[in-house]
Amino acid sequence: MREGALWPLIAVFVPFSLVSIGGGPSIFAAIQVQSVEVQHWTSAREFVDIFAISRAAPGPGSMLVTLIGWKAGGWAGAIVATLALFAPSSLLCFWVAKTWGRYRDRPWSRALEAGLAPIGTGLIFAGILAIFRVAGGGALSAGVAIAAGVALWRLPKLHPLIVLAVGGAVFAAWSAMH
Amino acid sequence: MTPNDSPPAPVAPPPPSLWRLYAVFFNIGAFSFGGGLTGWIFLEVVTVYGWLNEEEFLSGLALGQILPGANVTNLSVYIGQRLRGATGATVCVVGLLTAPFFAVLALYALYDQIVERPWIHAALDGAAAAAIGLLGAVSAMGARRAAAHLWSLAAMAATFIAVGVLRWPLVASVLVIAPLSVAAAWYSQRGQDHA
Repeated sequence: MREGALWPLIAVFVPFSLVSIGGGPSIFAAIQVQSVEVQHWTSAREFVDIFAISRAAPGPGSMLVTLIGWKAGGWAGAIVATLALFAPSSLLCFWVAKTWGRYRDRPWSRALEAGLAPIGTGLIFAGILAIFRVAGGGALSAGVAIAAGVALWRLPKLHPLIVLAVGGAVFAAWSAMH
Repeated sequence: MTPNDSPPAPVAPPPPSLWRLYAVFFNIGAFSFGGGLTGWIFLEVVTVYGWLNEEEFLSGLALGQILPGANVTNLSVYIGQRLRGATGATVCVVGLLTAPFFAVLALYALYDQIVERPWIHAALDGAAAAAIGLLGAVSAMGARRAAAHLWSLAAMAATFIAVGVLRWPLVASVLVIAPLSVAAAWYSQRGQDHA
């Protein structure tokens, strides 16, 4: 492992962490430029593979920085890159949540909560639309999504893993038949 | 919606142990294929355990999306902070990211073999489709709540149209809609207090 590879990871990912407003996708383009063209941590081809893997793996898509860190500096690089991307934004969020929590019983704090809740719901709806745009959808996707939604709506205590596994099995069976 | 639909929780349950919190977020992180994280966290934290109510969860979700950082890690920080303070926030985020950290590295090592097996790709697409349904169930619960008032319904619809349909920048859209929505909530609360 190259010892000198760790500092550039921190120098690149800490600022990205603090400007990644709206989540990981907002900084993917900048991460690509840094890791391929500026720092040469990965080749262009490797970056495409890394992006595909981070989408297939569980967890947030931003875990692609774990793999970039791995390419740059092995285990230490993977840990440092992950911390550099997730710790600064988490600390900021913690500070905001704590400050808000201190005033929870005030009327304005209750209004803040009641006013933000429908916006949160609107953002989930927008997220669903965005996923459909990226994934392409198709009748089978729509069918599985609707069936999963109805199942969880009627049976809220149904374990989500069962729903995901059934969705995966349906698609795998479908692809095996075609 | 009638008031009987969602009886208010009489007493908040005791805060979970740190170990329980870690276990719940570890599981969500480990099996959340296809991006169903938010929906799954809602089901565990609100529906199954009742640690937070719907409003607390959804407002925290909106907060997490305006602030920089991955949306789900911010949501986990918020939930952990509410339940168990600084330690809780750390436990939730570390729990959420433990399994994905090793999973991406394992998948990278096995990538060439996975590419040769198209059914793995199909299964991941299927899990992603089911994850959309998971989000759909959560947003349906949120929509039912938002439909209680005209202003909250309008705030939800405006957010969806601006960010989802028109694809305007998320933060700018929320920063415009949020003050109006919070002001409406404020006046609605005052109306109730005086009634």
